Amino acid sequence: MADLLELTAAEAHEAMAAGDLSPVEYTEAWATAAAGDELNAYLWRNGNGDGGAIAVEEPRQAPIAVKDIFCTEGVPTTAGSRILEGYRPAYTATSVRRLIEAGAPILGKTNMDEFAMGSSNENSAYGPVLNPWDRSRVPGGSSGGSAAAVAGGLAPWAIGTDTGGSIRQPAALCGIVGLKPTYGAISRYGMIAFASSLDQCGPLTRDVRDAALLLSILQGHDPCDSTSVGLEQGPNLPDREDLDGLRFAVPAGLARDAIEPGVRAVFEATLEKIEQLGGEIVEASLPHAEHGISAYYVIAPAEASANLARYDGVRYGMRAEDSGDLIEMYEATRDQGFGAEVKRRIMLGTYALSSGYYDAYYGQAQKVRTKIAADFSAAFDRFDFVVTPTSPSVAFGLGEKTDDPLAMYLNDFFTVPMSLAGIPAISIPVGLVEPGGGGPQLPVGFQIAAPAFAEQKMLEAAYALEQAIGFGTRPSGAPFLGIDQIRRTGSDGSDADG
Amino acid sequence: MAVELSGILEHVDRIAELDLEGVEPTSHVVELENVLRADEPHERLDREVALAPAPDPAEGAFRVPSPQAEG
Repeated sequence: MADLLELTAAEAHEAMAAGDLSPVEYTEAWATAAAGDELNAYLWRNGNGDGGAIAVEEPRQAPIAVKDIFCTEGVPTTAGSRILEGYRPAYTATSVRRLIEAGAPILGKTNMDEFAMGSSNENSAYGPVLNPWDRSRVPGGSSGGSAAAVAGGLAPWAIGTDTGGSIRQPAALCGIVGLKPTYGAISRYGMIAFASSLDQCGPLTRDVRDAALLLSILQGHDPCDSTSVGLEQGPNLPDREDLDGLRFAVPAGLARDAIEPGVRAVFEATLEKIEQLGGEIVEASLPHAEHGISAYYVIAPAEASANLARYDGVRYGMRAEDSGDLIEMYEATRDQGFGAEVKRRIMLGTYALSSGYYDAYYGQAQKVRTKIAADFSAAFDRFDFVVTPTSPSVAFGLGEKTDDPLAMYLNDFFTVPMSLAGIPAISIPVGLVEPGGGGPQLPVGFQIAAPAFAEQKMLEAAYALEQAIGFGTRPSGAPFLGIDQIRRTGSDGSDADG
Repeated sequence: MAVELSGILEHVDRIAELDLEGVEPTSHVVELENVLRADEPHERLDREVALAPAPDPAEGAFRVPSPQAEG
């Protein structure tokens, strides 16, 4: 069975199409693996008899884990929130419908930060997800359950959503590939809204080819989402082996001081690898990118405060019991239903949108957004890609940043600017480092951002780099052999030191 | 919570110092032209199906507590 799980989703698809792999046997092997979830990655698993089921007529793609932010008809959908406990949507999100139509069985719904607000998965009302590389650490967020499931051998691939880095950062912290497509590439219909002008669905996969395959299934215009445009074609599975003639721009200044030494070393080594492959490393001026976090934490909470107004105990999910009159019922439901981070952002958002503050906050942030997009646009006139570390740090410890929301927000420093500009970006694992303070080695992610709708080109470059680095389609042999193996390596190392 | 919110606003306030006079605010990141679709009926959810996920559906509507306090 372990052999079956070693296949990438693209390999499995090819083997099933050729008749060399039984879709039923393959899907069952993964369902069994998912049932062994010790990471709290799944909130609901398909076919475990608890709350409906999602059927696929003829499996011909690898089974998939779906972030619990996507509505699934008749099946629990919580968005990681207490306020949606017991909610069973009346319809299915377009992304999930596309997966089902493509023949990808749904393994289950994955844990996440409440309403996708968070960078550690610790804001889930259903408990934190553990990082499969070191269970005392966070998997990142908000798509932490999807990332941990793929890295931890509980799913061959998964979908998540990215508003300011919620696919790329957990992918980096879990040592897998995460891709945020161009805004509009994939329909948002049935995807529970956080910040509508930023939210995008995207793949979390073991390797770049799987990300391309999954994006090709998901992308496309949807009449139910007027902001969806799709990609012109594909993308096709990438096969480029060199980076000849391609120019990779590192943002000038790049806040190098804010990056952990281990992450910085792996980043610099990756730049060297790009040069060995024929690529050119240049410096680009992105003067407004450093204001990304400030603009983001005005825009995203502002949009969230409007989107979350619908949770009032009337139309879906929970209602506070015996709570008096209508207004008291609204208040009690929200007080009991929302967690601390969601309340914080609703307050920030309503404040930023309030009369007298609107221009200073929301208006100004939207102008910063224009400047950030213009910076990228100017960079892409001269260069092919902008590259950064995906996250300034490797996976941090559970509870380490929960008391300091701003420190948590700054984790998104490198991913937020691309979200504000609406451009695609991919994170690929490029190395392992021992964290400060010791412990098992942890993965480091490398982010490649490209112009809007240049997903194919971005995937080709990421693939060439991935092949040259050889991090492995099976992150260091993790999940099936890996977790224990890495642990042993870690303890062997410290034994030797002692 | 108040201390945390103040800290966040202090960070956010940095953008107030930028001179962005005359810069057009972004309303949508991808250039799209508005399109109109034909006004044709589509499949819709049945009323009962749409009401089913509500905490207290009744008589084809969402039932809520009285807007006026009792007593």
